[in-house]
Amino acid sequence: MGGYAAYVWPAFGVFFVVLLADFLAPGLRRRRTLRELRARMRRQTRRGGN
Amino acid sequence: MNTLTLWFHKLGSPPTFYRFATVLRPWLLALALLLAALGLYGGLVLAPPDYQQGDAYRIIFIHVPSAWMSLSVYACMAVAAFVALVWRMKLAEVIAMECAAIGAAFTFITLVTGSLWGKPMWGTWWTWDARLTSELVLLFVYLAIIGLYRAFEDPRRGARAASFLVLIGVVNLPIVHYSVVWWNTLHQGATIKLVGDTTMPMSMLWPLLVMAVAMEFYFGASLLNRARTSLLSLERGKQWVREMATADG
Repeated sequence: MGGYAAYVWPAFGVFFVVLLADFLAPGLRRRRTLRELRARMRRQTRRGGN
Repeated sequence: MNTLTLWFHKLGSPPTFYRFATVLRPWLLALALLLAALGLYGGLVLAPPDYQQGDAYRIIFIHVPSAWMSLSVYACMAVAAFVALVWRMKLAEVIAMECAAIGAAFTFITLVTGSLWGKPMWGTWWTWDARLTSELVLLFVYLAIIGLYRAFEDPRRGARAASFLVLIGVVNLPIVHYSVVWWNTLHQGATIKLVGDTTMPMSMLWPLLVMAVAMEFYFGASLLNRARTSLLSLERGKQWVREMATADG
């Protein structure tokens, strides 16, 4: 990178890390929502009905 | 109603949109990754070093497309916010609010990569010139929209309040775009123009444009990814989500 590696690679690194986090975050949120919903549905069935 | 409008109306219903997003998302992501691989190969391997900036200019292949995205995501968010306010459509609210997170990500990337480019070329990480300052204001506008949305107990009321802020913030878009024309800035003016001559050799231009298209596809994939999760959370009391929860577990 002709002496500029210390600037070029961090720039590409930030780009990939930020977009990776942007894409993975909703998946984690989705899993948490479904897990909480399943727990609530189990509690409701135990009480008998809705 | 013709088939297209009917399809559009059906797409507005959360379960239909969820299925649509789930099917389309991997394709958009695959296209984005493929184009990004091509663009990065062109930009980092094939394109020659710049005669003045050496290899430091290669930051352009992410900096400029990200900067374009920081503005075009805002424009997309403004259209969705307008639809949300006028027709009170739940899907439009969701899309507007999820655009804010993606826009903030692209604006952040623009500022950080610009700073990493500024240090070796201008001798400074940051300067309060019109382009840099207005882009920083854009990041704050995005964060304010996200903050206002989350400040409400009821997400639908939050989305409507934040949608007003989205429309007010539109005034910043021409300021960012024309800042290099209206003021004397350290930041250079536009090299790539829709009208007039583009002063960039083809070997550098094509990877840049391919990266720009890749980021558009990425935006589509990320928006579908975020919108379907948000809809799932908003509709967690509804039958279709309950069925999905049982099927997935």
